[in-house]
Amino acid sequence: MAEHSDPNAPWKTVSGIGTSGVTALLFVFFLQYLPVIAAGETVRWVVPWIPSLDINLTFWIDGLSLMFALLITGIGAMVMLYAAKYLAGHPQYDRFALYLFSFMLSMLGLVLADNLIALFVFWELTTFTSYLLIGFSHADPKSRRNALQALLLTAAGGLALLAGFIMLGITQGTFEMSEITASGSLVGKEFYTLILFLVLAGAFTKSAQVPFHFWLPNAMAAPTPVSAYLHSATMVKAGVYLLARMHPALSGSDLWIWILSIFGAVTAVFASFMALRQTDLKQTLAYTTLMALGTLVMFLAGSTGYAITAAMTFLLVHSLYKAGLFLTIGIIDHATGTRDANVLGGLRAAMPITAMAAAAAGLAMAGIPPFLGFIAKEVAYAGALEMRLMVFVVPMALIAFALMFAVAGIVAYKPFYGPQGKLPHKPHEGPWPMLLGPVVLGTLGLAFGLLPGLSAYYLIEPAVNAVMGAPDRGGRVKLWAGFNLPLLLSLITFALGFVLYAKHQALRGLLARIEARGPDLDAGWDVFLERFMAFTKVQTKLIQTGVLRQYMFATFAVFAVTVFVTLVTRNVGGVRLALGGLSFMEWGVALLIIAGTVLVLLTSSRIMALVALGVVGIGVALIFIMYSAPDVAITQLLVELLVVVLLALAFLKMPNLDPTGAQKHSFLNATLAISVGVLTSVVVLLVVDQPFDRRLTTFFEATSWTEAFGRNIVNVILVDFRTLDTFGEIAVVLIAALGAFVLLKGAAKARAAKEEKE
Amino acid sequence: MNSIIFTAAARLLVALLFVFSLFMLLRGHHLPGGGFIGGLIGAVAFIVYSLACGPAEARKALRITPEVIAMLGLGIALLAGMFSFFMGDPFFTGQWYWVGGDSYDTAAFSVNTVLVFDIGVYLVVLGGILSLTYAFEEET
Repeated sequence: MAEHSDPNAPWKTVSGIGTSGVTALLFVFFLQYLPVIAAGETVRWVVPWIPSLDINLTFWIDGLSLMFALLITGIGAMVMLYAAKYLAGHPQYDRFALYLFSFMLSMLGLVLADNLIALFVFWELTTFTSYLLIGFSHADPKSRRNALQALLLTAAGGLALLAGFIMLGITQGTFEMSEITASGSLVGKEFYTLILFLVLAGAFTKSAQVPFHFWLPNAMAAPTPVSAYLHSATMVKAGVYLLARMHPALSGSDLWIWILSIFGAVTAVFASFMALRQTDLKQTLAYTTLMALGTLVMFLAGSTGYAITAAMTFLLVHSLYKAGLFLTIGIIDHATGTRDANVLGGLRAAMPITAMAAAAAGLAMAGIPPFLGFIAKEVAYAGALEMRLMVFVVPMALIAFALMFAVAGIVAYKPFYGPQGKLPHKPHEGPWPMLLGPVVLGTLGLAFGLLPGLSAYYLIEPAVNAVMGAPDRGGRVKLWAGFNLPLLLSLITFALGFVLYAKHQALRGLLARIEARGPDLDAGWDVFLERFMAFTKVQTKLIQTGVLRQYMFATFAVFAVTVFVTLVTRNVGGVRLALGGLSFMEWGVALLIIAGTVLVLLTSSRIMALVALGVVGIGVALIFIMYSAPDVAITQLLVELLVVVLLALAFLKMPNLDPTGAQKHSFLNATLAISVGVLTSVVVLLVVDQPFDRRLTTFFEATSWTEAFGRNIVNVILVDFRTLDTFGEIAVVLIAALGAFVLLKGAAKARAAKEEKE
Repeated sequence: MNSIIFTAAARLLVALLFVFSLFMLLRGHHLPGGGFIGGLIGAVAFIVYSLACGPAEARKALRITPEVIAMLGLGIALLAGMFSFFMGDPFFTGQWYWVGGDSYDTAAFSVNTVLVFDIGVYLVVLGGILSLTYAFEEET
């Protein structure tokens, strides 16, 4: 067991460093595609998976998937290295490394998959692996509950997504996304609205749009490296990725523009107010992630070059600064033992490198020139001004960005330069594996901003082209775009943000009061889950009574009703009973069977009933012999024999039938038995009345010897012509035997335990 | 069952039944018989033995637990079916090899996957039924 192994075993550290190394190699592997993709080409690999269903493992690299792949592997490598230090000595660190690596691979598969079904499989794999990661501290019930909440919510959206994908694939005639997007917009085509709603349900739950947002802040129960990874470039961005990927096919309709604008804007503004309200820095960052997701969805509502460029630039810059800030908060938490914004302050002297990295990330987040964040904000304003719902989007974006500015101050400035409270530990600088990530990410945020042309050419513009579905003119990503309206809006943002930061303590109280008035969706979730469980319990009690007789009654009743309804509706006509041609022997066997049946019904002794049933069985075997089916007859006889043995063994442990002989045969049971008997007889007579179709018989007679080298046709059918059926049957025999074995042994064990207790 | 006559007769009967079950298994391709019937007869043999000498003794005589026998049988049947896969034929296509000749009529005997599959069926039926019966008998 992992729990008992040495937590400091060297191979555990190796498992962390190793996965980080492999991920870094993958990053380098994807780097080589940068010039290819920037030149306007795409790369495609096809591996047939289930070709008969048109499901292939197709991987496709274009601008969008390459940007995501680089973020996933690049940030992934740094986060894994970070986690090796952060969780060093944790008894289950090896398990963590496995989860994180599996998650990275699933996410990579998701962004590279071109086949819709493959994409869905990877989509659900990220759901499962993130469930394991969020619930990593599985001893904590809150952590388990939050993990389950994330799982159920995103998996429910995933199911809607699957339905949407299947409809999309069937209506478009292909499951390859590259072909679907290449064939143009679906707007106005059949099922467009339904497909759109299903896809949006998947994307909005995954990317935590209001009102499905509440799982995301709860997912902070995970260790900080997980939050840094899941909430920067991966998991939650999967929904945004999907919307971007589907943009050429689904965008442009009024429905798309209105839904995405409104949900995105509401999420962004709501989340940025909530971010300001939190005092736990990790919670603050969680809500800023929500804000970023809302902003991205809002800009994907548009179809103009500026709107999409804004989305892609913001996506890139957000991934960089958010991962950096989460990692920084992790270092602070590690070093000081707290994440409380009210307590933290003045850490600059003790943690100079962390302070620098946090400053770089914070400046990018606040959108200060010359960081990439500034460019993202400029482009975003330009994009917002071009959008259909401009009057709505621009003010919402302004509020969100201003609040972001204030929150950047809270998470990146205040802990290092603000007044220091009482810290649980004396702060110290983090070790280099933990510092590497924030420093590199912060530097990149600055470098991309200083070299806008380069980052635009290699990363942003190829992604924009992929989302637009057509080559875009480019040249929008500039550090200095002249004196224009976006610049003015930026200046307003800074001013407003500064005021908000200065007053954030007062605002926090106000927001807390407003929050207390509003609906608590998180608590509502618990109530919903509880009611749902209660409902399933009632339902199970109703259907699964646990009484064998009732199950059999239900089975036979369904059989009787369906056969009866079919016979009546198909109007099969009369039944012909030709008894004239029966020989003396046949009459004898028939009487034997009837006598046996009557005896079973009348006797009060179990053994007598058993013997009488045996008579019925042997009668049937005799019929098989008379019609020269020796194989079937032998089997029938042997089975009959074994049934007697088994039942006799069972009877040893059972009480006698009602000794007075007056056991209650319920009227209902008798009716059912008689109807099933009559209906079966009618069906058999009707079948026999049809002219016998000899095609199969002729085939088997002709080929049994020539193709299968066997003269016993029954056996040849069993082991050659219909082997798969036989294989299925013996599998059933095995499963039934094992099932009965487990039941009997389990009952014996339970009884033994009970006796011991007494 | 404490009957000396039954116990003594059972020993003889078990051996005969068991040999008969193998005989039925092997002749199944041309005459009535086969893995299913053979397995049933084999199970009857061991059930007779367990009725005569008790399930503990019968288990000892069987040497391998019946559940394992059944699972082995399913595995053998699956392997027999997968063999054709490696030969480039569709799943479960019978593979025939002639020894001492080049067709069914001239060869001394044949080696084929169909019989291997039937042996798998035999083992599943034998093991499955015995596992059920023994569990019943031991349930006190």
